[in-house]
Amino acid sequence: MDRSNNIWNRIDKISLILFLLLIVMGWVNIYAAVYNEEHSGLLDMSQRYGKQFIWIAASLVIAIFIVIIDNRFYFFFSWFIYGACMLLLILVIIVGKEINGAKSWFELGGFSLQPSEMAKFGTALALAGYLNTKRQELTQFSVILPASAIILFPALLTALQPDMGSSIVYFSLFIVLFREGMSPYIFFSGLLMAVLFFLTLLTNNLYLTIALIGISVFLVWFATRKWKLVFLGTVIFVFIAVILYLLDHYVFKSIGNELVIFISLILSGIVYAIYIYNKRAVSVLIIYLFLVCSTIFINSVDYTFNNFLPTHQKDRINILLGLKSDPHGTGYNVNQSIISIGSGGFHGKGFLQGTQTKFKFVPKQSSDFIFCTIGEEWGFLGSGIVIGIYLFLLLRLIKLAERQRSDFSRIYGYSVVSILFTHIFLNIGMAIGLVPVIGIPLPFLSYGGSSLWGFTILLFIFLRLDASRTEYLI
Amino acid sequence: MKDSFINRKYVIMVLIVLASLVLLIRLFIIQVVKSSYRLSADNNVLRYVTQYPARGLISDRNGKLIVYNQAAYDLMVVPAQTTKFDTTGFCDLLGISSDLLRKQMRIAINYSRRAPSVFLKQVSNETYAKFQEKMFMYPGFYVQPRTLRKYSKPVAAHVLGYVSEVDDGITRKDPYYKSGDYIGKSGIEEAYEKELRGRRGVKIFLVDVYSRIKGSYEDGKKDTLAIQGTNISSSIDLDLQEYGELLMKNKRGSIVAIEPKTGEVLTLVSSPNYDPALLVGRIRSDNYALLSADTLKPLFNRALMASYPPGSTFKPINGLIGLQEGVITPSTLFACHNGYLFIACHSHSSPLSLVGAIGTSCNAYFCQTYRKVLENPYYNTISDAYDKWKGYLNEFGFSNKLGTDFVNELTGFIPTSEYFNKYYGKNRWKALTVISMAIGQGEVGATPLQMANMTAAIANRGYYFTPHIIKSVGSDHTIDKRFITKHQISIDSANFESIVLGMEASVNSGGTSTVAAMKDIIVCGKTGTAQNPHGKNHAVFIAFAPKENPKIAIAVYVENAGFGATYAAPIASLLIEKYLKGVVSNKVREQSMLNLNLMH
Repeated sequence: MDRSNNIWNRIDKISLILFLLLIVMGWVNIYAAVYNEEHSGLLDMSQRYGKQFIWIAASLVIAIFIVIIDNRFYFFFSWFIYGACMLLLILVIIVGKEINGAKSWFELGGFSLQPSEMAKFGTALALAGYLNTKRQELTQFSVILPASAIILFPALLTALQPDMGSSIVYFSLFIVLFREGMSPYIFFSGLLMAVLFFLTLLTNNLYLTIALIGISVFLVWFATRKWKLVFLGTVIFVFIAVILYLLDHYVFKSIGNELVIFISLILSGIVYAIYIYNKRAVSVLIIYLFLVCSTIFINSVDYTFNNFLPTHQKDRINILLGLKSDPHGTGYNVNQSIISIGSGGFHGKGFLQGTQTKFKFVPKQSSDFIFCTIGEEWGFLGSGIVIGIYLFLLLRLIKLAERQRSDFSRIYGYSVVSILFTHIFLNIGMAIGLVPVIGIPLPFLSYGGSSLWGFTILLFIFLRLDASRTEYLI
Repeated sequence: MKDSFINRKYVIMVLIVLASLVLLIRLFIIQVVKSSYRLSADNNVLRYVTQYPARGLISDRNGKLIVYNQAAYDLMVVPAQTTKFDTTGFCDLLGISSDLLRKQMRIAINYSRRAPSVFLKQVSNETYAKFQEKMFMYPGFYVQPRTLRKYSKPVAAHVLGYVSEVDDGITRKDPYYKSGDYIGKSGIEEAYEKELRGRRGVKIFLVDVYSRIKGSYEDGKKDTLAIQGTNISSSIDLDLQEYGELLMKNKRGSIVAIEPKTGEVLTLVSSPNYDPALLVGRIRSDNYALLSADTLKPLFNRALMASYPPGSTFKPINGLIGLQEGVITPSTLFACHNGYLFIACHSHSSPLSLVGAIGTSCNAYFCQTYRKVLENPYYNTISDAYDKWKGYLNEFGFSNKLGTDFVNELTGFIPTSEYFNKYYGKNRWKALTVISMAIGQGEVGATPLQMANMTAAIANRGYYFTPHIIKSVGSDHTIDKRFITKHQISIDSANFESIVLGMEASVNSGGTSTVAAMKDIIVCGKTGTAQNPHGKNHAVFIAFAPKENPKIAIAVYVENAGFGATYAAPIASLLIEKYLKGVVSNKVREQSMLNLNLMH
C-alpha cells in the first residue's frame, strides 16, 4: 500500500479543516482590507490579496512536503534545524534589511523573508529534543537552565533586531516547561511578574504595594485560619511602619514612602521568622517571600522601564496604559483600531462595507491589524467565530498532544499550542486595546509569506508527528 | 512511564479558555455595549462640504444692476496633508507675510490636523489664478469658491448696506448661521437678509485617512444643492441716486426723494458717504475701522437717523391743521410787522392771506395761526388742543417710526402735552410758551425721511404709503403688505389744495423758493432755515413736482449751510429736473452746486 496515502488518512482532519478555514478567512479579509476598485480582480498580483494567494498556495505545497517527509527526520534533525535558525537570526542582524528601525528581514531579489517567523518551530523542535530525555528532571535547575537557554537565546537575538514583539512570544514556551514538570511557583511567578509589570505602569507603586500587602494578609488568613496571627502580624507591621514614617518625616526626610513600607516589611519579617520557624509554617513563608519579591519587582520595574526599553516600545506601552494621550501620534493605531472594531456592532457592516477598513484608517491593516477588518465588517458575530475557531484549534491540539506516545511529539505539540496561543492573545488583545501594540501577526490570517509559512510549518510538523503517533521515534 | 504532570493540561486549558473569555468580553463591550465607536467611525469618514449659495442680486427700479456677485476663493488647508514647501515662494504668490503664514498654520493645526480649515479668506480672482498654476507644489491646500459683493457704481452705500461674516454672537442666537456664513449688516442687505441669503447646500463626501475625497456618500442622495438668494428690485433710481450723491459731495446733509403715488424711495442720500466696495472681502474690517473712526461719520445714515428741526418747512402742516380745525380760512389775513412778538420776520407786504404767507414764509402768520389752534375755545384746556394738533402730526408719521424696511430708523420728536405739563406744571403753559413750534423750531425734531414723507402726503393731497426702498422681491414681485396700505390723513383734500397753492406761489410767484422754479414744470416747494445749536443754520427745502399728478416729493437738508433757498432749493430743483426730464438744463446752477464746498 502506498505509504503517503496512508499518512494522509492519518492526518488529523479537524485540525486540517480549521487550518484551511482560517487561511481562507484570512485571504477574504486581506482582500477587504486592501480592496480598491481599480484592482478588484481576485488574483491581481500587484495587490496584497493576489500575493497572499501565492503565499497560501506555497504554504500548501510546504504542508504537503512536511507531511511526506518521514517523522523521524524532525526528531533527528531538530538540533540541526535549531542551529540553522539561530544562524539566520544572527545573520539577519548583520546583513538584514532595516525596515521601521528593525533589521528583521532578508531581502532576496524583491522577495523578503523574516527568519524570526521560522525560528519559532526550530526552537520548539530543539526544546522537544532536549526535554525528550530529561523531562522527569525538570524540577532541577541543571535541566531548567539549559531548557531556558534554548528558549531565551532566539528571544535575545530577536530582541537585538530589535523586534520585542516576536521576542516576547518565545517566553510562552515556559508554558511547555510548566506542563512538563517545572515548578508551578516559577511558572506562576513569571505570569504574576508579567501582570504586575503592566499594573505597575498603570497605577501608583505605593497603592499597588499596599494592595499586595492586603492580599498577603488575606492569604495568610486563608492558609492558617488564625485571626490572632493575622491581627498580630498586621499590628507589628503597622507599628514599625508608623515609627519609620515619623522618623522619615521629622529626621531623615529622604527615605520615601515606598522604601518605608519595604523596610518595615523586612523588619517585621524578623518577628514573623520566629513564628515560621517554630511552627514550620511553609505557606506563610512562601506568602511572605512573594510579598517581598513583588515589592522589589514593582519598584524596579519603573527603573527598568525608563532606562532599558527602547522609546517606541515605551511609547506604545504608555499609550496603552493611557499615561500619554496623543490620538494622532503613537496612540493613533490603537485608537483607530478600536474604533474600527467597535463600529462593527453586533453583526458588522458587511463585506467591503467597513468605512474604516476601506479608507485605510488603520495602518498595517492587512498584516498586524487584520482583526480590525474582521471586527468592523463581520461584527461581534464574526469576531466571536474567529476566536471560537482558534479556541477550538488550541484545545484540539492539546488533545492531540496528550495522545502522543513519544515525549518529543507531546512537547512539540505543547510548543505549538503555546506559540499560537500567545500570538492570538497578544494580537487580538492589541487590536482591542488590552495589551500594548507589539507588532506580531495573527496566525494564518495576517498578510505575509514568512508568518504564514512559519505557522504552517509549525502546525504541520506536529500534525505529521501526530499522524505517526503510534510509532516510536527511536 | 507514568506522567505525573498530566493534570497540568487542565491548568493550561483553563488559562487558554480564560484568555479567550477576556477577549470576548472586551469585544462585547466595545462592539455591542458601547455605541460611540460607530459615531467615531462616521466622523472619520464623512466630510460635510458646505455649498455656499450666491446672494441675491439687487437692481434699481429700472432694472439696472446695482449689486451683483464676484467670485472669491477661500484658501483651505489640511495641515496633515501638507509637506515641506517653499514658504517664500508661497508667501510671494499670495502676497502675505511669513508671520501670517506661520500664524494661520498654527491656528489651523490647533483646530485640527486632519480637518480642513480656512487658511486665507476671500482670495481675489487674480491671486487665485496665479496660485492655481502652482497649487500642485503645495499639497494640503485647496480652494473653496465663495462669492463676494460687487457694485456697479460706488454709490448708495447707506441704502444697500454691507455684508460681513457672522460672529459667535449671531451663530449662538440664530441656529441657521454657521461659522463662515455671511450676513447682511445694514440697509437692504440687512432688511432683506432672509430673501437675499438663499439656502446653503451640503455635499457629503467619503474621505480616506489622508482626507482625500474618495467619492460621494450614498451616491449623493443625502446631498443638497445650494439655492441662490432671491433677486431684489430696489425702488432706487440709480442715476438719480448717483446724481444726488454727486451734488451732496463736500456737504453734510441728506436727500430723500419719494414717489408720492407709491411711497417708493427714489433716492436716499446721506453725506458724507463711502464707496460700498470698501466694505467687501478681506479689506472690510480694516476699512470699517477707518470709517468708524472718521470724524465726519460717513457710516452714519443721516436720512434715517438724524433728527433736525424742520424750520419753515413745517409751516405748510401748521397751515393745514389751522384750516382743518377751522381757526383760519384760506382768506384769513394776519398782519406782520416784521415779526410777531419776540419772533422776527423779514420784510414783505402785509397783511397776507394763507397762500401769500406760505409763499413768503411769514413767521407772524403761522405764529398767530398756531396760537389760534392751541387757544381754540372748542377745547377745554390747552392740553386738549395741543393733543389734537399732535394727533394730526402723528398721522403724517412724525414722532413715530414710519415702518420703512430699514431696521434702524429714528422716531424724531414732537413733545406730548404731558411733556409740557411736567415741565411747566399742569396747564400752566400757554400757546406763547411753545410758539416756536409754529415755525418748526423749538422742541420739534424730524428726520429727512419724515419730511419727505410729509411732502409726499401733501403732494397726494392727504394720504401716503409707508416709504420703502424695495420695489419688488423675487420673480413673483411680492412686497410686504404694509407698503401697499394707504395711510389716509383726516384732513380734507380741499385744505391741501390751499397749501399746495401756497407752495406753488413760494416757487413760482416771487416767494422764497423761486430759485427752484423751472420753465415747463410747476414745482411746489417750501424753504426752511433751521436754527440749531451746532453752528450755522441748516438749509432745508421740501418740494414736489409736477403740481398736478406729482411724480416726485423731495426733502433736502444741507447742514450748517445757511438759507434753505440758497443751498437746499437748487439741489432739489436739479434732482427734480433730472428725474422728470432725464437731463439738467441749468448747467450754471449745477456747476455752482457741484463746486460748493461746505466742508472746510
